[in-house]
Amino acid sequence: MFAQSSFLKLVFGRLTFDAFPIHEPILVVTFLGVATGGIAVVGAITYFKLWGYLWREWFTSVDHKRIGVMYMVLGIVMLLRGFADALMMRMQQAMSFGDSQGFLPAHHYDQIFTAHGVIMIFFVAMPLVTGLMNFVVPLQIGARDVSFPFLNNFSFWMTVGGGVLVMMSLFVGEFARTGWLAYPPLSGIAYSPDVGMDYYIWGLQVAGVGTTLSGINLIATIVKLRAPGMLMMRMPVFTWTALCTNILIVASFPVLTAVLVLLSLDRYVGTDFFTNDFGGNPMMYVNLIWIWGHPEVYILVLPVFGIYSEVAATFSGKSLFGYTSMVYATVCITILSYLVWLHHFFTMGSGASVNSFFGITTMIISIPTGAKIFNWLFTMYRGRIRFELPMMWTVAFMLTFVIGGMTGVMLAVPPADFVLHNSLFLVAHFHNVIIGGVVFGVFAGISYWFPKAFGFKLDRFWGLMSFWFWVVGFYFAFMPLYVLGFMGVTRRLRHFDDPSLQIWTFIAAFGAVLIFLGILSFLVQIFVSIRNREALRDLTGDPWNGRTLEWSTSSPPPAYNFAFTPLVHDLDAWWDMKKHGYRRPLEGFKPIHMPRNTGAGVILSAIAVVFGFAMVWYIWWLAALSFVVLVLTAIIHTFNYDRDFYFPKEDVVQAEGERTRLLAAQA
Amino acid sequence: MSATDTMTTSAASGGQPRVFHVEDEHHAEGGSTMLGFWLYLMSDCLIFAMLFAAYGVLGGNYAAGPSPKDLFDLPLVAINTTMLLLSSITYGFAMLTMERGRVGATQGWLVVTALFGIAFVSIELSEFSHLIHDGAGPQRSAFLSSFFTLVGTHGLHVTFGLIWMVTLMVQVARHGLVTANRRRLMCLSLFWHFLDVIWIGVFTFVYLMGFLR
Repeated sequence: MFAQSSFLKLVFGRLTFDAFPIHEPILVVTFLGVATGGIAVVGAITYFKLWGYLWREWFTSVDHKRIGVMYMVLGIVMLLRGFADALMMRMQQAMSFGDSQGFLPAHHYDQIFTAHGVIMIFFVAMPLVTGLMNFVVPLQIGARDVSFPFLNNFSFWMTVGGGVLVMMSLFVGEFARTGWLAYPPLSGIAYSPDVGMDYYIWGLQVAGVGTTLSGINLIATIVKLRAPGMLMMRMPVFTWTALCTNILIVASFPVLTAVLVLLSLDRYVGTDFFTNDFGGNPMMYVNLIWIWGHPEVYILVLPVFGIYSEVAATFSGKSLFGYTSMVYATVCITILSYLVWLHHFFTMGSGASVNSFFGITTMIISIPTGAKIFNWLFTMYRGRIRFELPMMWTVAFMLTFVIGGMTGVMLAVPPADFVLHNSLFLVAHFHNVIIGGVVFGVFAGISYWFPKAFGFKLDRFWGLMSFWFWVVGFYFAFMPLYVLGFMGVTRRLRHFDDPSLQIWTFIAAFGAVLIFLGILSFLVQIFVSIRNREALRDLTGDPWNGRTLEWSTSSPPPAYNFAFTPLVHDLDAWWDMKKHGYRRPLEGFKPIHMPRNTGAGVILSAIAVVFGFAMVWYIWWLAALSFVVLVLTAIIHTFNYDRDFYFPKEDVVQAEGERTRLLAAQA
Repeated sequence: MSATDTMTTSAASGGQPRVFHVEDEHHAEGGSTMLGFWLYLMSDCLIFAMLFAAYGVLGGNYAAGPSPKDLFDLPLVAINTTMLLLSSITYGFAMLTMERGRVGATQGWLVVTALFGIAFVSIELSEFSHLIHDGAGPQRSAFLSSFFTLVGTHGLHVTFGLIWMVTLMVQVARHGLVTANRRRLMCLSLFWHFLDVIWIGVFTFVYLMGFLR
């Protein structure tokens, strides 16, 4: 008996049948739902014989546009998971007063708020923002692809791999119960001995590899692959913000990697970095993780500032007001974002001088941000504004984000922060800037560039539904949290004693339901738009009368993006081309040098997931094996020297001729 | 832009004709690789920066255990440092012979470099095993945790560099000094010298200053 159990331990590590949560009704029902849905999707793909198509045209694709779209799909799928967590938390907090304990046991509730934060930041916001950058940046700078197309595919699949590990924790074992940044000593082995923290660590490490590499890739792309004539100060603002964001990624994600390595050493090897004894220092973890964490905030918000800039200029029919100041503001924010991390824990007690320094740098950030807001307002001023969906999201952003910015300045005042630290006021503040900034911006970006990606616009009615549900729902969901925070209610509470607070959590839950309707409307919008795509079709490639180069090519763009590399003369290159009587070239096409598709990214990521899983469950033989296989696979991949080909001239001629016919038929 | 670039011209409102397209590809193949690799190195450098910072914070926390003076064998570390510095020089010779297109000589210098690298890793491993044997393992105190992590991470990098070097030697043997292989050797060169620079930091900050603490 004993021999058998030690044998099982050798084979399966600490993975036993108890790891499967069959005694938790919520999880069983969720599992059944996910399984049914999964089987339906897999069945449909098999029935329509789409596996080959998906593998050849999408999974192995090194085309930045397809990878961008796949990032968006990943972000939207994970949004559903992250939002399900949010709904459950809101319901719990609305119900759990006085004698009622709500419907979530403590250990489950703690996993939910952790998973919500981790998923929303790493697997919703990051993929959505990265997806937009991936899709748009090469088109905006007149490039054929990114600098390292295979690396791009690999980065995407590593992000997926991290997501898979986090999702796996739902049904095999459990997730961390530590909050989304997993402060030690709670996240140390002494207080979190189970697998949840390890899922957290390996999920983030696997995804982090992808994020860092995609950051390197996009910086190299923007620096090296701009079309001739596109000087730095002629780059579209979105490209500028993408450049700054990717610099932030490359300069901050290694810190996250390092700090998580130290935490895993504490957990796996028994070192004493963040322990309370043997000279460890838990506050060092808090410092290090926020040295990554604060730039991360700007990694998310800078690209959407770029989106708003593109949208405001396009739909006001004017060039952006204060282009130069916009660029400098972006660069200032990039630098300042490294000088403020300590404002996340003024209460550490680092003393008045240190707190003042970080309080002041934090307040200084609001200056370039404010400059941006004024630039957008002045762009709209005396513009011929078209209230298309992207513009509506932009206006909603400007109103909402300013509130979030002001509460941020309040929190930047150390004495005020000592009162508001870790309260629901803080929760309201960062949701205010992340939803009001990042999420609204991503929706603006999706409705703005969707016609470019697929050749037809999104349905307006369902877009409006989504817009109003989201915006109104946001205010209902988070304004009550400001109130509660002022009353001193701390975050992450599962149960309340004071019944007079219930009205506020009830209103917040109502807001969450409105947002839920907003998400549903968005899905309906996609569905309806696909169904009515012929009516919504845009053949010109320039449905909004755009200003930047991505609108100069067809929608969807051909694999090679541009038959001829554009030559840029001015800011707003496409506007400049239209103004100067640009005519599309109809002959003289040449074969185009292109990278080849490869399955290596999918394979490497799959092995990385196996490695992560084995590490989580202490299955050492599998961990060692998968690591060796991972390294060998990577080495074998480097023996493939045949990585590119020439896109034949005939195909270019045919694709361009087709477009000429369509344009002529429309005219 | 030469006159052959003229594809689409138009009489602009200002009367000046504008060219909107380039006929020739302007991006050399692999033109971004060195920049991209340099960016990767900088990200790696930040990982080391974090580990140095952790050592800076925790390096004095002996938890009533041994301190650098009790543990470090400075002459041994000096020999080790010499191994790594010599390997950097020999890698430089490999690059010089690569520039002249001499496959055999390049391979030879790579072998010498790899031997120095292996010597470095071996000496480091023996140092580690001595420490652990003496009860000064990474679990003993925060000082030793951060010491082993910083030095060990560097050692891991050197080990991966060695694996990479062997891979490249096989590839050079197969395909010769083709453009792709030259580019790869250049990347490994950057990586190898980078590790040298990091080691100088480790040697100074951990070992030499450890004796001054």
